[in-house]
Amino acid sequence: MDAVFLQILNGLDKGAAYALIALGLTLVFGTLGIVNFAHGALFMLGAFCAVTFNKMLLISTKILDPTVTLFKAYKEKPYLEIWFPDVGPVLVDYSVPLSILLAIPVMLLIGFILERGLIKHFYSRPHADQILVTFGLAIVIQELIKAVFGANPIPQGAPDILAGSAAVGSWIGLGENVVYPWWRLIYLSFSGIIIFGVFAFLQFTTYGMVVRAGMRDRETVGLLGINIQKRFTIVFSLATAVAGLAGVMYTPILPPDYHMGMDFLVLSFVVVVVGGMGSLGGAVLAGFLLGIVQSFASMTEVKAILPGIDQIIIYLVAVIILLVLPRGLMGRAGVMDD
Amino acid sequence: MTNENKFNFSRRGMLKAGAAGGLLAATPSFFMRDAWAASDFRNNPGNASEIKLGFNVPQTGPYSEEGKDELRAFKLAVKHLNGEGDGGMLNTFKPSVLKGNGVLGKKVGFATGDTQTKSDAARASAKRLIEKENVLMISGGSSSGVAVAVQSLCQEQGVVFMAGLTHSNDTTGKDKRRYGFRHFFNAYMSGRALGPVLEKEYGKERKAYHLTADYTWGWTQEESMKATTEELGWQTTATVRTPVGAGDFSQYITPVLNSGADVLILNHYGKDMINSLSQAVQFGLRDKQVNGKNFEIVVPLFSRLMAQGAGDAIKGILGTTNWNWKLQDEGSQAFVKSFGAEYGAPPSMAAHTCYVQTLLYANACEMAGTFYPPEVIKSLEGFKFDGMGNGATEYRAEDHQCFKDVLVVRGNENPSSQFDLLNVVETTPRSQVEYDWKIFGGELGPYKA
Amino acid sequence: MKIGTMNDLTRFLIFAVVILAMPVWLDPLGGNYPDLLQKFAIYGIFAIGFNILFGLTGYLSFGHAAFLGVGSYAAVWSFKLFTMNAIPALMFGVLFAGALALIIGFLSLRRSGIYFSILTLAFAQMSYNLAYSVLTPITNGETGLQLAQSDPRVIDNMFVEASAGLPSTNLFGLTMSGYPGFYFCAALLILGFFISMRIFRSPFGLMLKGIKSNQNRMMYTGLNTRPYMLTAFVISGMYAGLAGSLLAITDPLAGAERMQWTASGEVVLMTILGGVGTLVGPMIGAGLIKYFENIFSAFNDTVLAEMFSYLPDALVELVVPVVGLFVGSGWHLTLGLLFVVVVIFLPGGIVEGVDKLVKFIRNREKNVGGKVTPQDQPGE
Repeated sequence: MDAVFLQILNGLDKGAAYALIALGLTLVFGTLGIVNFAHGALFMLGAFCAVTFNKMLLISTKILDPTVTLFKAYKEKPYLEIWFPDVGPVLVDYSVPLSILLAIPVMLLIGFILERGLIKHFYSRPHADQILVTFGLAIVIQELIKAVFGANPIPQGAPDILAGSAAVGSWIGLGENVVYPWWRLIYLSFSGIIIFGVFAFLQFTTYGMVVRAGMRDRETVGLLGINIQKRFTIVFSLATAVAGLAGVMYTPILPPDYHMGMDFLVLSFVVVVVGGMGSLGGAVLAGFLLGIVQSFASMTEVKAILPGIDQIIIYLVAVIILLVLPRGLMGRAGVMDD
Repeated sequence: MTNENKFNFSRRGMLKAGAAGGLLAATPSFFMRDAWAASDFRNNPGNASEIKLGFNVPQTGPYSEEGKDELRAFKLAVKHLNGEGDGGMLNTFKPSVLKGNGVLGKKVGFATGDTQTKSDAARASAKRLIEKENVLMISGGSSSGVAVAVQSLCQEQGVVFMAGLTHSNDTTGKDKRRYGFRHFFNAYMSGRALGPVLEKEYGKERKAYHLTADYTWGWTQEESMKATTEELGWQTTATVRTPVGAGDFSQYITPVLNSGADVLILNHYGKDMINSLSQAVQFGLRDKQVNGKNFEIVVPLFSRLMAQGAGDAIKGILGTTNWNWKLQDEGSQAFVKSFGAEYGAPPSMAAHTCYVQTLLYANACEMAGTFYPPEVIKSLEGFKFDGMGNGATEYRAEDHQCFKDVLVVRGNENPSSQFDLLNVVETTPRSQVEYDWKIFGGELGPYKA
Repeated sequence: MKIGTMNDLTRFLIFAVVILAMPVWLDPLGGNYPDLLQKFAIYGIFAIGFNILFGLTGYLSFGHAAFLGVGSYAAVWSFKLFTMNAIPALMFGVLFAGALALIIGFLSLRRSGIYFSILTLAFAQMSYNLAYSVLTPITNGETGLQLAQSDPRVIDNMFVEASAGLPSTNLFGLTMSGYPGFYFCAALLILGFFISMRIFRSPFGLMLKGIKSNQNRMMYTGLNTRPYMLTAFVISGMYAGLAGSLLAITDPLAGAERMQWTASGEVVLMTILGGVGTLVGPMIGAGLIKYFENIFSAFNDTVLAEMFSYLPDALVELVVPVVGLFVGSGWHLTLGLLFVVVVIFLPGGIVEGVDKLVKFIRNREKNVGGKVTPQDQPGE
């Protein structure tokens, strides 16, 4: 029972990450009709907003280590901690959540620039061209990050009070071994809030209404005299920001490196398509579903019967769903069908 | 999208084609490029004043930082061989016949390639080095899959391969080759070296839980660790295989909580190690008490360069490493000094092994008095040396594995600089990690490719 | 139509000459060594085959690398079990890839558009993940399937005593590494190109194009399109299998990475880069990407310093690090920029783009009253 409960939590946590990444991707897919292979790179850029913010806070004076004589080794002491001994360490400690403040404007700006400068010229181009240009863009972004930050992962800690695990088991009457890291619980709730926020934006604002209409039938909305171009810019920026925030909050779980976007790219496409093209709800649902089946497939008991099942389960489930349901879980007819 | 008739070639086009064909016929020389059979061995430098070595390292992909460091070490080695710089380990390496005037009087040059940490790409790159750059030796790499793949290519092509970072038992076990040599230690030696330390630190009654990267290196590592720990009297609770590059390991870590195990052994390397270790710590494993003992995590293969990515999570974790810049022996000091002066940072263990391999190859050529591979191989086989950082070392003739002391290290609790991540806990003497070469099977193959 | 076929013949001849003369014209570009030449030809076959599916039907398979991998594995197993001769390896490779394509195609072609792409991707990723781990007894996992001294090689052993070293792959005694290996691949590439050209011109090809432009309308005419699609899918899978077995023939090792999605993505990029649906485009794309991978990655600071040695020293120190960003470990950056630049300035890929450019220039010439020749663009 304990084990099953923990795997459900794991599944939800994974699902939250998948859903959050897929959300922005399906938004761009469904509304703008763009196959965005650079979406993973945007996720990675978000994570590197956190890294940059952290590095900015940690601008340090270097204290030479006298024990090392063969080359110069330094211990770093951040100016922040020297100048503000009280507030400084706290700020550094909270650098990941605080970097959201940096990430939102930066990611919105990046989204705006990309859409205006590049993506908008590709709305009417064939998907093949979109794939090539966004893939090229992703590689360029990756390589620039690699040139600046190196190829190794850069650890980002969660704030100290959130570093350990929560005794989830004792809250709900399960065994004391049922613990879960605070940060993962935060990530889960954060992702819930963002997903809810995006839904509310699309559902309850006129802006959102137009976007939804655009997802259904772009041409008609344009014919109604609505400046669809402007909305598209906003949708793309929004998707970029969502991907970026997903990246920021993921850093304490997965130390970011320049390649993390590519690692998530294929998976997020699978999630979007299994959810069904043009459906935000479908993408979220598929994210959680795949997260949970993956967690359960990784259990030793399951692997004892089906060795290696955890390696392929996501793709296997995707194949079954797509073969049974022609348009994924909640896909709409006519969106990227051909 | 298709355009049916966009190739309206006229007669003039035909004429042009004919001209191109004529050009082809008039160029007989290109057939001769591959005619190395005329000389006595592949890429024989003959009377050339310079020889080339091929450094095939990961320049893209997850291990590119390690590759970068390897390349730094190679360049330093070439410098020292040519008598530039302060000579580094050339001064401490004995018995050595290197004079710092190149090799056999020829200046040493080099060419580089990108393995991408993929067998295919690594072989393609090695082939370019052999076929186009005419290198005499290939070295480098940061994974066993690549090492094994390139090693067998080198055997076919008749070019000596001095392996870089490769830790699987297979490299000098079942996949060993006459033309391949490994200075780096292996999974078996890691297990043997860790055994006594684990016993001393954690006692004889422990229950171990293995998380293992699901590919050949991971399996040999798991096998070796299991054998060692069970010899101590530990129980093995479970061995779980995890997909390579899983990223999030939570679904493999939570079962550990309930398993009753009190030690977690992470048979992971690189990014997998960084992720699984930092996530395991996040799940509070290290704060747990199981069976009345502190829960412990062990990472059998530690690399300083990669460990940086795990941040604070490595503090207090035990593991093994081939070499560490903090070693105080003469050879290590000389190497760290010239590397530090050149690049402003200490060398990693990958850099160390690559540097040593280059020197060893050069020295073997000098000893043999020729670049002819069978002779070079013979002088490397059974070669005993010292002053290269790991104490007295021997290249065992039967499997081309180097035998030397192995370092057991622990993640530094209180680092004094950004390079000060690992502390050497113990230097396990060579006699303790030696084994019978027959246990892993495999065959070296012939001297003549 | 008569003129059309004649043009095809000319084009075919030119293609053949250009391919066979690769060692000559690639020499000044630093690409004249057997391994790269072989890779050009092999990935050319792969891309041309992929184009039969994607270019003609518009169905974008994101899992074609699975067929490449299976072709390689089948070929290496043929070396291990039967003989080092290239012909059986080739046949096994094509056969197994074709069989796998039949299964995957049969299932995946039930869906179209992006759903089809993701289905093929999922199948290929499953193959890759299994080959890398659980199927290690068959695939030798991460290390890759290799020859061993102890392999049975039943047919070879019937005729000759096993030698001390590993035998090399051959075509009835002609060793398949080095330049002979390249000419073997080149011959098959030319054959593959010819078949692809015939398919493009055949009624079958026209049918596929019809499906591409409007599948519904084709179905309304009472035609069951699926058998045609499946045939195209299997043919293209067999091309991939051929390429895979050639990879093994020129270098007897089959690695699991060959099946990874990045490998599938690579052939998609090759095809789009060169020009989807054009006959030679995919070949050009394949060549460019392989050229970058092998040549650009090889430049290091020392090589660069030599290249720019004609500049004053101060300038060299400035130029080398900047250029170094784009070559050596930075070759990915150059590749990424190439993709972006090509797709922006040459819509539809290189062939289409050059074509348009030539037309544009010619039209301008026409407008100023220049002499119009029926001469077509060069270099195809």
